[in-house]
Amino acid sequence: MSSHWTFTSTYVTLPRENVDTDQIIPARFLTTTDRVGLGPHAFNDWRYRADGSPNEDFILNQEAARNAEVLVAGHNFGCGSSREHAVWALAGAGFRAVISSSFADIFRGNALGNGLLPIVVTPDTLADLLARPVADSHVTVNLETSTLTLPDGEDVHFDVPPFSRYCLLNDTNEMSFLLDASDDIASYEMKHPASIDTSQHAATA
Amino acid sequence: MITSSPRTLFEKLWDRHVVREQTAATPAVLYIDLHLVHEVTSAQAFTELRERGLPVRAPYRTIATMDHSTPTTRGGFAALPIRNSATDARFAQVDQLARNCEEFGVPLLALGDRRQGIVHVIGPELGLTQPGMTVVCGDSHTSTHGAFGALAFGIGTSQVAHVLATQCVLQSKPKTLEVRVDGTLAAGVTAKDVILAICATLGVGGATGHVIEYTGSVIRALSMEERMTVCNMSIEAGARAGMIAPDDTTFEYLRARPHAPSGAAWDAAVADWRTLASDDGAMFDHTITIDGTRIAPMITYGTNPGMGMAVTDDVPHPDRLDDRSERENAERALRYMGLVAGQPLAGTKVDVVFFGSCTNSRISDLRDAASVFRGRRVAQGVRALVVPGSQQVKQQAEHEGLDRIFIDAGAEWRESGCSMCIAMNGDQLQPGQLAVSTSNRNFEGRQGSGGRTLLASPLTAAAAAVMGVITDPRTLMGGVA
Ligand code: SF4
Repeated sequence: MSSHWTFTSTYVTLPRENVDTDQIIPARFLTTTDRVGLGPHAFNDWRYRADGSPNEDFILNQEAARNAEVLVAGHNFGCGSSREHAVWALAGAGFRAVISSSFADIFRGNALGNGLLPIVVTPDTLADLLARPVADSHVTVNLETSTLTLPDGEDVHFDVPPFSRYCLLNDTNEMSFLLDASDDIASYEMKHPASIDTSQHAATA
Repeated sequence: MITSSPRTLFEKLWDRHVVREQTAATPAVLYIDLHLVHEVTSAQAFTELRERGLPVRAPYRTIATMDHSTPTTRGGFAALPIRNSATDARFAQVDQLARNCEEFGVPLLALGDRRQGIVHVIGPELGLTQPGMTVVCGDSHTSTHGAFGALAFGIGTSQVAHVLATQCVLQSKPKTLEVRVDGTLAAGVTAKDVILAICATLGVGGATGHVIEYTGSVIRALSMEERMTVCNMSIEAGARAGMIAPDDTTFEYLRARPHAPSGAAWDAAVADWRTLASDDGAMFDHTITIDGTRIAPMITYGTNPGMGMAVTDDVPHPDRLDDRSERENAERALRYMGLVAGQPLAGTKVDVVFFGSCTNSRISDLRDAASVFRGRRVAQGVRALVVPGSQQVKQQAEHEGLDRIFIDAGAEWRESGCSMCIAMNGDQLQPGQLAVSTSNRNFEGRQGSGGRTLLASPLTAAAAAVMGVITDPRTLMGGVA
């Protein structure tokens, strides 16, 4: 239980729809075997020019982005590849929440598992946020009450799967829950013996 | 769990695999029958097991391969002419997978093994993917395996750790979407065209939160390899999974595969698999119907797989879209692609043609491509790469002499792997190059920074390769005059 899950921040807007995880972290950065270190490459090919210099037109390179912990983006954010690296890159770039009107399924699950909050708002609220000048606008995220306070002070509710919310607020995780289910898993396995054995490689020619 | 009301294929598979029911507070615990592992999405998961002191719970249900970051030139990493920090990082990643598999007892089909290949090609090829199974992999195209009447879906790396440690994932029950494709396909129209037409209909996020079941006469008539092509791209419409009820086509494909049951176990398995199809009267949350007779060879023109059209059409105008942000996105896509709305795509010059990926790298795909190449040459100034999906596909193609057709036409015949589908293994577009690709994603830079991708079938790709410009493949069918 901590105030970690209530925070106020400026936000960065990315008014594009269907932002895919290849844009969030291009594949050539996926050779890492770590979870950390990807932040500088978040949105790499939008953020840097071919020669490696920062693209000043891209929002993350602008003053407004400094210290912003919330990203606001168009609908269907995180579509495409299942790469969890996309979430690690966004977290590494300092983001703690992404606001959109919809998220791709796998991205949403990956984000929740890593404490990056995917916050779904209505298309109208999203349009308002994307239209507003960002430099001095703040939002407040409160996971305990599942409310998002908009720059004009209005509170809107957002849905977080109850179990994900419980895990985040109580600093536990899905792995612990699954390990606790091991008796049930063992009895399932007794009733459903495996029909395959991947270690048996019959010759195939 | 026995219920008397009619159930869909998805519901039957879900019910069979529930270890703990979903409650208001917790998702379901779902048992996984087959876990496929590759080098890019597994290292951090093995690290988590090591840190927690956990073993792999069911190594006999787990198999690993190397495909994404591997070279597709002969001799693997050792034979690479240039070694630099990028190749070193790739080598370190596959080497890490080998060490993880060794330490945790996970069977591995390593680079150089004659069964190595793209993870979604080898699972079915070895007979590991079977009807009624749950299949996962840290890879969104795991939906491919749904072609067998399996519930197959991609997971993130944290979930890879969950499955390694517990053989289970936490899932909340998705909705169901029936995509029915009626009629029959015209000559020159393939499974790839069907799924590109479906993606164009649903849009890139249209099936989010749903599991698709593909039904209808067109789907029933497809071979297993064609069904895999369709299910493969379910994720491109945002679907959690895509599946097709198993039938005699499925059983014939599986019979005598290395891991398929044999003898009495085979008969029992088939009898069980026959019960999986959706019951008469089973309800889907949504249904869409597509007239397969009207599908033409398809090609994409934008930067997501939902932006597809008939190869004979003009590039659609963004201003036909009502929504302002959708319009802006379409305009941005055309700018990136360097294409002009209202103009035909046919006749557009191409730089590279890529044959491969888990969508279209199986033997029937290579036969399709070869049928166009036979007696023709790759056009001047075009680079054509043919990358078989697995070593077994490669051997079969060479046995049939397809490699000679490709090589004689001036195309590159390479080793199996993901290759130019993902541009993290040395095979990639140069900035600005325009490629026709049989893969599944045309996102900005997917095939290399600044590269531009048009997705199409092997037939349409081969037509572009030999003509040097986007071409309706039907104009080349029937061989060389
Ligand atoms: S071929 Fe492409 S889409 Fe398929 S598994 Fe490899 S990288 Fe992913």
